[in-house]
Amino acid sequence: MDARTDMGVIFENDVILRLAGIASEGAVAAALKGRADVVAMTGQAAAASLLPEEPGCLSHGERAALAVRVARLHEEAGLAAHYEVLMKRAAARGATAALADPTFKGGGDARLAALIAYTDRVALAPKDTVAGDIEALQAAGIADADIVRLAELVAFLAYQLRVIAGLRLMQATT
Amino acid sequence: MSGTLHAFTTEIPHWQPRVKPIDLTKASPAQRDALKVTPSNTKVSDYVLVLANDVETLKARTPLFNAIMYNRGGLGRAERELGAVGASVVNRCIYCAAVHASRYNQMTKGEAEMSRVFADGEAAELAPRQTAIFRFATRLSKTPSQATEADMRVLRDAGLSDEEILDLILSAALFGWANRLMHTLGDPVAREGEA
Repeated sequence: MDARTDMGVIFENDVILRLAGIASEGAVAAALKGRADVVAMTGQAAAASLLPEEPGCLSHGERAALAVRVARLHEEAGLAAHYEVLMKRAAARGATAALADPTFKGGGDARLAALIAYTDRVALAPKDTVAGDIEALQAAGIADADIVRLAELVAFLAYQLRVIAGLRLMQATT
Repeated sequence: MSGTLHAFTTEIPHWQPRVKPIDLTKASPAQRDALKVTPSNTKVSDYVLVLANDVETLKARTPLFNAIMYNRGGLGRAERELGAVGASVVNRCIYCAAVHASRYNQMTKGEAEMSRVFADGEAAELAPRQTAIFRFATRLSKTPSQATEADMRVLRDAGLSDEEILDLILSAALFGWANRLMHTLGDPVAREGEA
């Protein structure tokens, strides 16, 4: 694989670099070219988290909507807009689409309420999580494998949002 | 769980899962394939067996984790560990903090810095360069990030290159991910019968 060509493709298409406002030339771009593998693998991790082949009980629409929600909780409008595109592609509507709204708490649906409670707590204050947060998901009928899927989605988004925030500061101060 | 640890330590605890790990004897071909790319092939930990419930993200995450923490060039390995500890302190992941503080101690052949981090938390004062790294990692780990352009300038003034700063962003961000798995999917418990 030609690393330069590959990086050119990544610079055009990568959501993290676009949202961080990374210039295609300069010191930050040069540093990123040295970590092209990390940038590419981050994209693969996004695909595995948002668009898995085996989504379990968390549909692509629900994943995209929760991603919009988490991006909004981080006040990252650009990433929220990015995941809104995925919501539309997955034809998310009704309660699934409502997950994207941080003021929506489940509308009386126990499963959605449990998904939301976990997502909000782990996105905003992971230090406050306790065993009861996992027990609440299990009590709402969510299988252990699906709890791991939800945890991976929320955790990946925390990483992606911080890479964007950090790179943006880096570019702004070169 | 009564034995759950809540205070930071460099004694690496046991990790007690809150959800069921997969049964390795019944693992699917995809799960076996993903487990093959984990750092320790001989002994698969409960943590990795829990993550194997979501084989697609595990398979993507393992090589990414290794690249961010161990690839050549850029920020030294001990300073990447310091970034990981900064995130783990903010997110209060006792297990992650223990593992990565003890790695930092091994690499730097000292214990004073991590003692200060565990005693003073986010306010810990280290040498100027290490303080800049630790401070940036803790601020980036807040929700939303509280890292500022001033923090970035402190890193540059402390002598960090762009390559080093990039690796710091990646290692601190990576532990925003790892902490949210380790700290929510299981409990750190004291090892019984070990001093």
